[in-house]
Amino acid sequence: MTTTVDKSKVPWWVANLIVPLVNLLLALLVSGLFIFIAGENPFQAVRLIIYGSFGYIEGFAYTLYYTTNFVFTGLAFAVAFHCRLFNIGGEGQAYIGGLGVFLVAINFSFLPVPVVWLLATAGAVVFGAAWAYIPAYLQAKRGSHVVITTIMFNFIASSLMVFLLVDVIRDFKQMGPHTVALPKELWLPTFKELAHLFGLKIRYSPLNLSFLIAIAASFFVWFLIWKTKWGYEMRAVGHNTKAAIYAGISPHKNIIIAMLISGGLAGMLGINEILGVHHKIVAGFPAGYGFTGIAVALMGRNHPVGIFPAAFLFGILYQGGSEVTFDMPNITRYMFVAVQGVIILFSGALENLFRPQIESFFVNRINKEEMA
Amino acid sequence: MDSLADIASLLNSTFRISTPLVFAAMAGLFAERSGVIDFGLEGKMLAAAFVAAVGAYFFGSPWIGLLLAILACVSLSMLHGFASVTHKGDQVVSCVAINILMIGLTTALAAAWFGQAGLTPTLTSEQRFLEITLPFADALQNVPIIGLVYSDIISGHYIFVYIAYLSVPIVFWIVFKTSFGLRLRAVGENPSAVDTAGINVFSMRYKALMVNGVLIAFAGAHLSTAVNANFFREMSAGRGYLALAALIFGKWHPKTALIACLLFGFTDALQIRLQGVELPMIGTIPVQLIQAIPYILTVVLLAGFVGKAIAPNAIGQPYIKER
Repeated sequence: MTTTVDKSKVPWWVANLIVPLVNLLLALLVSGLFIFIAGENPFQAVRLIIYGSFGYIEGFAYTLYYTTNFVFTGLAFAVAFHCRLFNIGGEGQAYIGGLGVFLVAINFSFLPVPVVWLLATAGAVVFGAAWAYIPAYLQAKRGSHVVITTIMFNFIASSLMVFLLVDVIRDFKQMGPHTVALPKELWLPTFKELAHLFGLKIRYSPLNLSFLIAIAASFFVWFLIWKTKWGYEMRAVGHNTKAAIYAGISPHKNIIIAMLISGGLAGMLGINEILGVHHKIVAGFPAGYGFTGIAVALMGRNHPVGIFPAAFLFGILYQGGSEVTFDMPNITRYMFVAVQGVIILFSGALENLFRPQIESFFVNRINKEEMA
Repeated sequence: MDSLADIASLLNSTFRISTPLVFAAMAGLFAERSGVIDFGLEGKMLAAAFVAAVGAYFFGSPWIGLLLAILACVSLSMLHGFASVTHKGDQVVSCVAINILMIGLTTALAAAWFGQAGLTPTLTSEQRFLEITLPFADALQNVPIIGLVYSDIISGHYIFVYIAYLSVPIVFWIVFKTSFGLRLRAVGENPSAVDTAGINVFSMRYKALMVNGVLIAFAGAHLSTAVNANFFREMSAGRGYLALAALIFGKWHPKTALIACLLFGFTDALQIRLQGVELPMIGTIPVQLIQAIPYILTVVLLAGFVGKAIAPNAIGQPYIKER
């Protein structure tokens, strides 16, 4: 096997564009096979996905709404991953983050609206981070594996939230497990309202101002990881813990910081869902977005520049996917959970499947050109 | 007498509830002792539950279902090996992929083949495993103590319950008393030394994963063709992770892992009992909080009230031969 490729000769676009795209293509091929096994036509499914996510303006807005969620949870996973931590708990952190948004917004609703938004954002971050703190602490001090503890915290968060929604903060005038709605002036402006300002008449879509917050969060993460001392120390711990210790960097401190930031970012999902869309806490609102963040981050190679397009791709899959489930009785939204699994497999665990062959192919071509 | 019968039924459910955990912990033990992390127990259990239920439904026999479940789980274990042993991909990522893939695929296919709810059809009594009444259990029913222990606690379980507890001493014997077990442990502790001794690290890890796949299949089949008569969405409910926690808490030893599994099973049995019961001093605990007890217990145990867990030395690291 020709596995010895001179890494320095591999052009960046081969390593960071061609190889991930080939992996994505493989994942989509396998996904097509699943759709075929489920008794539907994969090509028809692709057509529906493209129509559903791009075919009309509201559909596209829905795509960007999903993108917003995946940017938050993808960034959350990526920050922890730079410190070599698998924060599988994005789901629970997002759930608790939503609680933070709601509690802050409802209790401070007398303040000016932008102030409430800022405070609610802080609430999302603080609650999400707090939910990540215990697993972080146990990983740092006791070596309790963060994958298991964060998964357990997802289950615990879900139990806790259902308990709160049934017995404590429920809107007792209603039957369902959800809270009262926030005052209308606190709702984040939606894309529809913004479009109306410019004279564009469109129907409702959940896309709202949080999309811009997601873009800001991406810049923040880029700056944090690559431009600050904190980011440098986190990456050092993640890359080589022993070397980091010799350099005087504390792994304990950085594990906790990375997890807190990660949890805070996951919590920000609550801004989109609570302030922007539901305007109240609905049982189970994180709806798997936290888990999808894992696939998004791995596909985006844990860099905001990669995470944003990966989140967009998953936005297409989600929005287009709902079009598919609408038209194809044999396909449910769980099919797209399976697709996520396949994408994690090919762009995460099997990312080196064809990397040596692809890289050596391009390196050989470049070498030949240089010879000529 | 009433409280004795209560205790008997609590122990009876403890053994039943712990069964999938025991299988999963033993499965995890093989993988992890060989140096391969296995968070994928959850996904494999789910796959086994689905395949066993579908197989039993189509072929009319739970045994064929079990066989197909074994095939499915061994294939998934091989996939994990292909990604993380052969291609040296990240082991945890590979497991997460398997788990998410299986959560999605099992429910999606159940919905596509049998209707929207993501359930498989209910199995008839010929299509599923039934409780086994051990010999003389009925005759001994009324004998004091012996009747209680033998007839009410030990007898009347599904076949998997007996296989699970029998598997523990067998696993112990294989891992600690045979040359295969010695090699297995050595591969997980110091693969390069094993390689120097002329043993193929990769094939040892694949063998371990194969045993892992067989064992975890029993856990899934137990869920969908014995305790329940069908597969339903995410029916493994975190048991794969609980079993892994039990394995870590049990320091990768069959005996201590078994005790941890029984502890989880007992808490779960107790949890079901406590729902809606008025407790002295506390009152009725909300059911959602009671249901969270096993998960909270997992975190508490992992936090290590009995000292830090020392994993097999080479766990999670792909072996690179050229070094």
